[in-house]
Amino acid sequence: MILQLIAKILLAAGTAFLLLGSIGVNRFPDFYARAHAATKPDTLGLGLCMLGLALYDGITLDSGKLLLIVLFVWMANPAASHALGRAAIDWGLVPWVRKGERQDDR
Amino acid sequence: MFLSIITTLVAIALILPFYRVLKGPTVYDRMMGVSVAGTKTVVLICLVGFVYGRINMFIDIAIAYAMLNLLGAIVVAKYLQRTGGEPE
Repeated sequence: MILQLIAKILLAAGTAFLLLGSIGVNRFPDFYARAHAATKPDTLGLGLCMLGLALYDGITLDSGKLLLIVLFVWMANPAASHALGRAAIDWGLVPWVRKGERQDDR
Repeated sequence: MFLSIITTLVAIALILPFYRVLKGPTVYDRMMGVSVAGTKTVVLICLVGFVYGRINMFIDIAIAYAMLNLLGAIVVAKYLQRTGGEPE
């Protein structure tokens, strides 16, 4: 019973992080800021949701598989985001700056 | 009941990045939106498995989806690094 309460709290927190990540993807000013806002809440939100689901029915074999997904995504998601950001900066996408801060020292 | 509400919220969070996919100024924005939606889809598949009570089947689908999501993002990023999203 207490395990299920902990699982529900973890699930709610993870869902809040997933929603915040989705809002950040739409609200930030340029690609690099959006990549920052997309990846970090997403990774943490997935970890919390999967941990909550692993504890929801008690510890079974499926809990191990869910934590395996978390391990894989924690390695894979930053790698994919890094590859995209590197592709953008190699192609020459200029990061956004506030007006009048700096122009040319990329 | 609780799991249904959580599933609905995750589905809403899954829909929101597609605005960026449709509108994004550069092709990198679109690709990042697809990657974010893919991560949320993994969570959604596991939640649907719990709602239906058949998590031991859905969890294998979720593992395969996570691997395909990583592969797609990295392959497209490598391709865009060469061409910048414009036709050669």
